[in-house]
Amino acid sequence: MTIGLDHYLTVAAILFTIGVLGIFVNRRNVIVILMSIELILLAVNINLVSFSVFLHDVVGQIYALFVLTVAAAEAAVGLAILVTFFRWRGGIGVDDASVMRG
Amino acid sequence: MALQAIAFYLLAATTVVAGLAVISAKNPVHSVLFLITAFFSAAGLFVLLGAEFLAMILVVVYVGAVAVLFLFVVMMLDVDFAALRQGSVRYLPIGAIVAGLLTVEMVLVAVSVAHNGAAAGSVGPAPTGSVTNAEAIGRVLYTDYAYFFQIAGLVLLVAMIGAIVLTLKHRVGVKRQDVGRQTARTPLSGMRIVTIKSGEGIDE
Repeated sequence: MTIGLDHYLTVAAILFTIGVLGIFVNRRNVIVILMSIELILLAVNINLVSFSVFLHDVVGQIYALFVLTVAAAEAAVGLAILVTFFRWRGGIGVDDASVMRG
Repeated sequence: MALQAIAFYLLAATTVVAGLAVISAKNPVHSVLFLITAFFSAAGLFVLLGAEFLAMILVVVYVGAVAVLFLFVVMMLDVDFAALRQGSVRYLPIGAIVAGLLTVEMVLVAVSVAHNGAAAGSVGPAPTGSVTNAEAIGRVLYTDYAYFFQIAGLVLLVAMIGAIVLTLKHRVGVKRQDVGRQTARTPLSGMRIVTIKSGEGIDE
């Protein structure tokens, strides 16, 4: 059987949902939440690339490249904030972050 | 064609199972390793689609940089991860319902778009001829999207500076090099000639 656009889009949809579910389930663990966000962005990239390939337009892959850039920047800054937060509170629970004092 | 189908289902199943393992693993180190697996198999899907350049970038950037960064942070922070998992089952039913609804909706939209949208009837990558995937991307990226490319570099620079500034810690009592003072030092300010009388020594 032929693998069409719908197959790739279905994989991306399932991966996106897994990412959203990961945020629900690991509500208190910031590291796993960040990894879930990476999964969501990967799903978006699969969508962009498969549309780019099936529409014969390379611009979708350029967008995927930019999404990749932003995802890398987000991971770096997010983990840096996490390290700072750990030094400040001694833990990384999301519930610890409910205090916002300047 | 059958080989392509087998490869697709293998890679897609690996991606989905690894994604599920990322969010359900008890140990965050295992989560990171499953994340690497998911990225690898997604890169395989990209190769299958004919986007080799992006597949290699995915491996280099995600597996080589982002996943290692995650691994560093997970191992550096001394966190009791078992305590963080408490109460996570409470949100599983509602989360599963939302996730199931979302999947059904998105798959329906995806199938309808694939069969009735602009890409309907397209059977896959166009015959590229002599132009490779990397060359095709380069031809567009460095011409029409040159400004966006520069801005992407700026985003990475800002992220790098931000990460350094956030994690930089000035400890007190640590002797460190002061380059300004070092280069401003001259023979005049650095040494002093004193004449010592015989038998008296020096005070300081």
